[in-house]
This record gives sequence, C-alpha cells and structure tokens, in this order.
Amino acid sequence: MAIADVSISATPAPQRSWWRRNQQRLTPWLFLLPGMAMFLVYVIWPIFESFWLSFYDWDGLGEKVWLGWGNYAELFDDDAFYTSLWNNVLWLVLYLLAVPAGLAIAIFLNQNVFGIRLYKSLFFFPFVISQVVVGLMFSWFYAPNFGLFYKLIEWLTGTGVAVLADPELVTYGIIAAGLWPQIAYCMILYLTGLNNVSPDQVEAARLDGARGLRMLWYVILPQLRPATFIAVVVTVIGALRSFDLVSIMTDGGPFGSSRVLSFYMYEQALSEYGYRMGYGAAIAVILFLIMMIFISGFIWKMVRDEREGY
Amino acid sequence: MFPRPIEHSAPPARIAYQVALPIALVLWLLPLIGVALTSVRPSGDLAAGNYFGWPSAIAFSNYAEVFQNSPIGQYILNSFRVTIPTVIGAVAISTMTGFALGIYQFRSNIPIFFMFVAGNFVPFQILMVPVRDMTVSMGLYNTTTGLVLFHIAFQSGFCTLFMRNFIRSLPRELIEAARVEGVAEWKIFIHIVLPLMRPAIAALSVLVFTFIWNDYFWATVLTTSATTQPVTAGLYSLNGQWIASWHLVSAGSIVAAMPPVLMFFLMQRHFIAGLTLGATKG
Repeated sequence: MAIADVSISATPAPQRSWWRRNQQRLTPWLFLLPGMAMFLVYVIWPIFESFWLSFYDWDGLGEKVWLGWGNYAELFDDDAFYTSLWNNVLWLVLYLLAVPAGLAIAIFLNQNVFGIRLYKSLFFFPFVISQVVVGLMFSWFYAPNFGLFYKLIEWLTGTGVAVLADPELVTYGIIAAGLWPQIAYCMILYLTGLNNVSPDQVEAARLDGARGLRMLWYVILPQLRPATFIAVVVTVIGALRSFDLVSIMTDGGPFGSSRVLSFYMYEQALSEYGYRMGYGAAIAVILFLIMMIFISGFIWKMVRDEREGY
Repeated sequence: MFPRPIEHSAPPARIAYQVALPIALVLWLLPLIGVALTSVRPSGDLAAGNYFGWPSAIAFSNYAEVFQNSPIGQYILNSFRVTIPTVIGAVAISTMTGFALGIYQFRSNIPIFFMFVAGNFVPFQILMVPVRDMTVSMGLYNTTTGLVLFHIAFQSGFCTLFMRNFIRSLPRELIEAARVEGVAEWKIFIHIVLPLMRPAIAALSVLVFTFIWNDYFWATVLTTSATTQPVTAGLYSLNGQWIASWHLVSAGSIVAAMPPVLMFFLMQRHFIAGLTLGATKG
C-alpha cells in the first residue's frame, strides 16, 4: 500500500513536456534551418562542385570527360590566362589607391559649414549607381573624337588618345572608372570614422604641438584602424571580383588585353567561343585560391577580435 | 575634431574652402553631369558635333523615345520583380539566422557564423557553372524566380553577418528576464527581439535593394530574354543597339540609376549606418 501511495503522489508533479525541456537547445537550429539550407545549396556546395568540374572537359550538356590536371596544364601555357592574371594584379594594386584617396576626400569634407551634409551625400553618389551605368558614363568620357577626356588630352598634347582602343592603356582606363565609386565608398567609411575620433586626444596632441601630417599619422590614423580594415577588405574583394566594368566598357578587348580572371572565366564557360565549363571552372578555382589568401587573413583577424570580445 | 574646424581659420581660408567645395564637387561628378546633360540633348546637337556644349534645347523627348522604342519599361519592371522578393526573403531569413547566432551559445555557433561570412566574400565565378546548371535543371533558367532564389541565398551571407552583429549589441538582460518569466523562445524572438531590430531591418533593406538592383553578373548568367532581364543587363543589350546614339544611352542610364538613387536619398541615414557598421569599432 505504501508503494502505491508514493506513485500516486508523484504523478501530479508538473511534468514538463519534451519540447519545453529542450527548446533552448533546439530553437537556434530551427531558426538557422532555412538560411543554412539555402546557403549550403547555393554557395557552399557549388564551390566544391567547381573544384570537381575543373578536372573535366565538359560543354555543359553532353558527357563529362575526365582530364585530371589537363585543364590546369593547359592554363599554364595560355597567354590569355597570364594577361588576365597580370591585369588582376594591376587592379589589386591600383584599386587600393581608393583607400588613401577616400581618406583625403573625407578629411576635406569633415567640416561643419552650411550645406556640408548635402555635399557629403553628393560625393557618395557614384557608389549608389550601378557599375553598368558607371561603365557607360566612362566609355562616353573616353570616346574617341568627342569624349571629354579625349578632348582634354588633345588640348594638352595635340593628339587625342582613344583609351579603350589602346591595348596598353585600356586596363588603366577601366580601373580609373572603377576607382570612382570605390573612392566614394572609402570616403564614407572614413567620414564615419573621423566622426568618432576622440576629441580629447586631438586636443591633447594639439597642446603638445602636433599638427597636420604628424597629427594624422600618430593620432588620427591609429584611431581610424577599424575603418581602414573594412576599406581594405572591400577594396581587395572588389578588385578581385571586377567583372561588370570590363564587360560593359570593352568586353575584354581590344584583342583580349583588358580581360581579368573573372571575365576570362565567363568568356570560356559561356560565350560564343564555346562552352568550356571545365576550363572555366579551372580559372575560377585559381581566382578562388587567390581570394582565399585574403579571405583567410580577414577571417583570422575577425576570429581574434571575436575572442577578445568575450 | 580633425582637421581643425575651418571656422577657427582666418577669413581668406574660410572663403577659399567655401569656393573649393562646389568646384571639387563639379569635378567629382563630371561624368554624371555630362550624362545628365546629354540625356536632354536634342539628337540634332550630336549630329552637329555639340557633345559637351550647352544643349541647344531641352529635349525630354529622349526619355519618351527610350520608353517607346525599347523594352526599358519592361526591364525596370523585371528589376522590381527580382529586387523586392529578394529584399523580403533575405531580410527575413537573416533576421532568423542572426537571432540564432547572436543569442544562443552552442558549440558550432562560431564556425557556422564564419561559414556565412566567408561565403559572402567568394568570387562569383566559382559559383557560376554549378548555379547555372542547377537553375537549368530546376527549370528556373531565364525566370525571375531562379534569379531571386540565388540572390536570397547569396545575400543571406552578408545579411547574417549584419544581423548577428546588431543583435549582439542589444541588451541581453531583456532576454534573460523574459526567460525567467517562462516566455517561449519563439515569443522572445517575435515580441522582444523583432521590435528592437527595426533600424537594422531598415538599413539592410535599403542596402540589399541597391545591391540587387545594381547586380549585372547574375542577371547576364541566369536570364537571357527581355521578358525577364533586369535593367542592368537590359541596358547592356540596348547599348549595342543604340551605337552612337549617346542621347538615348544617357537617358536610359539615368532611368536605370534612378530607383537606388531615390532610395538612397530617402533612407540616407539608414543606408550609411548599414554600410559603415563596424567601421568605428572593431
């Protein structure tokens, strides 16, 4: 009898449901499910798929033929590949000019005069416009015989230069167009950074006699480090991803001299020259590996910051 | 404040600064001003060689012509049909992933977070062949839906980074207090976190709108016809058609650039707050 009593008295105790006991552990996974599923299917898995495809000869429809390292071997003998690679290096180096140029404009605009807010937003304007439109604008700027830039050079030197038709100059011309919105982006990052520079430190440095460039170098720039980090990240990634402007302004020409890896890949895989998906994938893998060097660096820094944040 | 406020300078420096501002602005926007002027230039001016002088008359008819003789209206509509669902989808999904990664501590939290961050940096070309192939096999090639699905998935990388960092900055005590009260986890999300997320949702929506509107690469890879192509890809094909008709190219460009520009001016504070997230602390 005593045993039965115990079991009866135990039942009314608030028996919490399985869900209520586990909800703190399960909720994050339920919330992550849609996002992770889509990201895995559309981003993570295709990366591996591209690696795998780069070992095949494939036209996108028919049988895939195993080539092993064949595509890569061909790549190392391909002049167009080296042209593209070299142009990517040019992009990377020259595009980084956007960072100091953005800082310079930000310092120029960091005042409190009448109408300055409007000036700041108008300076930022080029970033909001599509690269397609930027590309068309600059093509017209460079247009032979009547383009503003052509006229200016003609006026200065006596002969105009058709930038986009000159294999030596074309990449510089396109990079200049790309710098325009990128400088605007860096400028906005630095304007926000300058806004948060500690006034006390600046005043203290002024009392110690720091001015101009010395002030900038020793007092301001260290405080702008987060802005510089983001500016460098977005600029490097933008330089390696450059595709739109090349496609709009020259289509890789003249004679393929303005190709970059991302454009050459597209051309091999999807253009009228043939659907060489495997070869295209091999180019994409190289581009990805180059970018991974930078991405790992950025992630490494972010993980470190994250650890310190706790 | 750096540099030294200009009000503290001598009058000549102040005047020089006030003069330099508009000059710098005009130089900076020269390509844009040129295109804007050309978009209202009568075609006769171009024939007569007047490319950069003042237009002889204001020809808004260029805009009418662009709409009448090209499918640009359709392209703009297509852009909206791609952009709006993407914004809604990406923001909704990333509010959820951001909540999961920002509030809960579990072992794979950081690796999952960095998967989203790293994935959002990869070059598009490494995804191109498989994504195109997948879209074809789902029967979604050259459809708005195919483009939208990919954009939502890809944008959720950046959006998760953004949302998770924002949620991290919210006061945790609110959530702890609700748990002590026995509020269900999903109710915490709906009633406590979501209302606090409003500024982040606004900022992210404008940013994603601009990114997707301006996308050109995926528009060319996943769509081919005038009935589905967004305006960026459409403008490129029109450019081939309008060789040397710079007044039409210009008018078309201005039309295509308008929606994100309007968005930017209406939501400027949110837009800039979104872009510079993390640029001041880190």
